[in-house]
Amino acid sequence: MTENRIKIVEKILDANDRLANENRRRLDAAAIYSINLMASPGAGKTSFILSTINALLSEDIQIGVIEGDTAPVTIDSDKINAAGMPAVQVNTGGECHMDAVMVENALDQLPLTNLDLVVVENVGNLICPAAFNLGTHSNVLIASVPEGDDKPYKYPNIYRGLDVLIINKIDLLPYIDFDMEYFQKGVEMLNPGLKTFAVSCKTDEGLDDWIDWLRSRLPNR
Amino acid sequence: MHELSVTESVLEIACRHAENAQASQVTDIHLVIGHLSSIIDESVIFYWNIISKDTLCEGAELHFIRVPAILVCLNCNNEYKLEGELTPCPNCNSAKIRVVSGDEFHLDSIEIQR
Repeated sequence: MTENRIKIVEKILDANDRLANENRRRLDAAAIYSINLMASPGAGKTSFILSTINALLSEDIQIGVIEGDTAPVTIDSDKINAAGMPAVQVNTGGECHMDAVMVENALDQLPLTNLDLVVVENVGNLICPAAFNLGTHSNVLIASVPEGDDKPYKYPNIYRGLDVLIINKIDLLPYIDFDMEYFQKGVEMLNPGLKTFAVSCKTDEGLDDWIDWLRSRLPNR
Repeated sequence: MHELSVTESVLEIACRHAENAQASQVTDIHLVIGHLSSIIDESVIFYWNIISKDTLCEGAELHFIRVPAILVCLNCNNEYKLEGELTPCPNCNSAKIRVVSGDEFHLDSIEIQR
């Protein structure tokens, strides 16, 4: 019997990354822009998607939504369907994040040829979704002000991988001890120059700038 | 975090390479984990002992090679180690910093018997 050491040096999540690349190719081939929307539970992910759908409704921009939840519920996908857009509900079976396989399967169920944008609403969690590449074009995080101003310091990894940050529920700022300067300093350390939109899905404040940015990303617009 | 998915990936990679090398058994697995990759060793080992049963990797010992988180200040070039909370440069207090190391997350090598 002989003993051997075999050098491997393979990224532990390499299989996920390869599938994510496959998802990206598929979305590109269909001329679809795609977003991995992350946030903690209750930050307003679904409301933000609904606001985005409504703002783009008159321009005939078709948005498909992949809803990830850890339980077999259809609360979110029902809301998207009610707004007139196709949605696929993914039950992650208790998993704390979505991965590239789940997105691949969900893409099979969306009418890709009709869509301009796909939004993946990730599981509400600030830790695990940061580690799993889905193949989407951009990582967007919603940070709502009631969650507190220390989140970039406590969950650095999710901020480091972002392309866009949405600060939501800014209509509540007068009622909450949220130190915007402290929050933004943390963000700046982790992701200098990060594109940031401060919005309220309740009052629609700030949403126009977000919609302008999003429209500029859509391949066929 | 998501230790189960991570442990499953480790098992898949290790078994695949062990089969390619016509191993009869994997005895040791060396993982390189950066300080910024929030993985709990004990949790990975807990799952490992369950899911590696009846595979080439059953009984293999996991070794965690930890890489510290090193940041560099883009203002004064000071390099510093991050132990706890994210902090600005301790030398000049600048928030313009970049991660040099700590994101490592790979399977480095396996030891097998033939």
